[in-house]
Amino acid sequence: MARRTEGHTVTDTSSSAPSPAAMARRPGNARPTPEQVTGAKSLVLALEHVGAEVVFGIPGGAILPAYDPLMDSTAVRHILVRHEQGAGHAAEGYASATGKVGVCMATSGPGATNLVTAIADAHMDSVPMVAITGQVASSSIGTDAFQEADIRGITMPITKHNYLVTDAAQIPRVIAEAFHIASTGRPGPVLVDIAKDALQATTTFAWPPQIDLPGYHPVTRPHAKQIREAVRLMAASRQPVLYVGGGVIRAGAHAELLRLAEITGIPVVTTLMARGAFPDGHPLHLGMPGMHGSVAAVTGLQRSDLLITLGARFDDRVTGQLSSFAPGARIIHADIDPAEISKNRAADVPIVGDAKAIISELITTIEAGVGDAADVNPHTYDAWAATTKGWAQEFPVGYTAPSDDALMPQQVIERIGAIAGPEAVYAAGVGQHQMWAAQFIGYERPNSWLNSGGAGTMGYSVPAAMGAKVGEPDRVVWAIDGDGCFQMTNQELATCVINDIPIKVAIINNSSLGMVRQWQSLFYNERYSNTDLHTSVGSRIPDFVKLAEAYGCVGLRCERPEDLDATIEQAMAINDRPVVIDFVVERDAMVWPMVPAGVSNDAIQTARDAAPVWDREESEAEEQDTDADHDGK
Amino acid sequence: MSTKHTLSVLVENKPGVLARISALFSRRGFNIDSLAVGPTENDAVSRMTVVVDVDLLPLEQVTKQLNKLVEVLKVVELDPLASVNSQVVLVKVRADASNRSGILETGQMFKAKIVDATSEAIVLQAVGNADKLNSMLEILEPHGIKELVQSGVVAIGRGPRSITDRSRH
Repeated sequence: MARRTEGHTVTDTSSSAPSPAAMARRPGNARPTPEQVTGAKSLVLALEHVGAEVVFGIPGGAILPAYDPLMDSTAVRHILVRHEQGAGHAAEGYASATGKVGVCMATSGPGATNLVTAIADAHMDSVPMVAITGQVASSSIGTDAFQEADIRGITMPITKHNYLVTDAAQIPRVIAEAFHIASTGRPGPVLVDIAKDALQATTTFAWPPQIDLPGYHPVTRPHAKQIREAVRLMAASRQPVLYVGGGVIRAGAHAELLRLAEITGIPVVTTLMARGAFPDGHPLHLGMPGMHGSVAAVTGLQRSDLLITLGARFDDRVTGQLSSFAPGARIIHADIDPAEISKNRAADVPIVGDAKAIISELITTIEAGVGDAADVNPHTYDAWAATTKGWAQEFPVGYTAPSDDALMPQQVIERIGAIAGPEAVYAAGVGQHQMWAAQFIGYERPNSWLNSGGAGTMGYSVPAAMGAKVGEPDRVVWAIDGDGCFQMTNQELATCVINDIPIKVAIINNSSLGMVRQWQSLFYNERYSNTDLHTSVGSRIPDFVKLAEAYGCVGLRCERPEDLDATIEQAMAINDRPVVIDFVVERDAMVWPMVPAGVSNDAIQTARDAAPVWDREESEAEEQDTDADHDGK
Repeated sequence: MSTKHTLSVLVENKPGVLARISALFSRRGFNIDSLAVGPTENDAVSRMTVVVDVDLLPLEQVTKQLNKLVEVLKVVELDPLASVNSQVVLVKVRADASNRSGILETGQMFKAKIVDATSEAIVLQAVGNADKLNSMLEILEPHGIKELVQSGVVAIGRGPRSITDRSRH
């Protein structure tokens, strides 16, 4: 969500959903009308006023007072999950698919600590989320009371901000602030811990509350001088790459990005978090960079003379060995979070601001065509664009079919993507299937690809898909999951069945913790220590089809390539309940390309012991070009 | 170039702020030499003086990460040449008839106050910058330091301008 903050006046530039602060300031709501209520009722009213539609949660002792008025709310739908981690990931899935703030709720102690993984996940991936937890009565705080945990202390390092509320009168203000903080600037999770006695106390409810955040002023408008500097570097560059991260999706800046790429003709790479920020089918798209990135994207960055970094953060999974990453490139780094700029790689031109605003300004300056900007056009970069496109064509991301008729996991995922299409939402777990889902599904629109990128949380997929389906009920939502991940959070299938949330789950079942197994194959002499899950090879524990049926889902199994399309189509035709498909796949399939951890991205391998074979002359010419450009500066 | 930097951090006077800041330092792997916190001329604002031992680049990260905390209002690095700093030490020194006068002399030299005295020990209170206090402690050391407690460093810019006049760091 792109928001502009000037002082505390918040306006929405994405026009999707007004921010809570903006809603709180609508003229019609201008006069506070105090109302005698309990703290719990005040919480529910506040959630209604900030526009929360859905809360995923589980009640328990300390949060119990809040659940009573929640039962009567017609504006806020509560979905009872089976585990708080599921509530957290569902809130993330909802937020990532819709761009709105996701909300989860839990009780004190273990209820709250079960949210921790999802909160950490949202923090790493900048997901706007508000987590509300009950806390023991304020008189008992600090006494090791039953179900007491210092969740505010626990979540300090993994939230954008958090609160402990012990005074009922503060509830409306804190909820308004929490939604404002979660959704503006660099989005992130905010936790609100409310003591039980505050929920039970009588208070007055008035809206809008006075937001009081003197230390919170996210910068969204880029500095004009930095925009000019960026255009100057672009004009001087001959081998630039638009290095696009998840910030472009969170900012809703995909349309601007497409325009920038087209008026400049500069090739684009989209990180794992940015899949869908730029259409996969676009000729300027080189694919995903990083450890399992395409040869064209990885090499494009390595040989670039200018990275135009938009909402990306030079994560180690993208850069590989940092000291040898894109050695000849100068860096334009645009991010809403100043702390990301020059954190890992020093920026030549830092630009702090909202990605949508920054890209718009770049477009305006380039289109004006004055001075340096006149050189920023496709003609300037056409040789480079042709070279990178050549790599994309020469080294497409692919896989080798085995000689027998085993079902290949890549093919399963590729066919799901082809059949469900770009309008569907895909939520992956973590591991090999996640990388294949990032590689083999064509993403054409933002918010269609949900995954746990920064934290790498196994178990994300099913609850995130559930949350996405709640937020986008008219879209087909696929959970692309692994047999390991699925077993961490599949209890939410019960939630899906009972609440009529018909997601589709593809279990890419290789009977093992596949990514770990891949590393054991490559780096541990094929010693498979504790990675065999027994879910298809030798035994089926559990039998996923029976498990699905036990939950009231449709359970299907596919083991042969010839049944693949028919099975996917069968699942696509079922819309009245969740479908779980056990795709029993080749267990030795590996994710390629791969840059082994800790080495230079130049060491990219397209298969085991196979590096891309560069045309010798072309390769040398490229290197000379890079050097010449670099020396020329 | 010194790697010690003194940051003045203005924060909202709210519960948990100190925990948030110290947790941030430890999480990001920054070493704190000293941290002092107290109220200011404004009831709503507390001021922390943090001395960190980092190079310039990580210092930029420290400052940016501090600024990201919602309750942090302002972070300013104090230039050692344009600021004054001070800390307090209370030191309990073994003192009997044989060495008492020597200790008192040392105390006088450093303008330390005697805040407690018995037949076996003297407690001196000294105020000043780290160099001065260290010199005093070095001289007292041979007498036998039984107990030592130091406050964090507090620092303030020189001249008529106030920290709240300065532009945000």
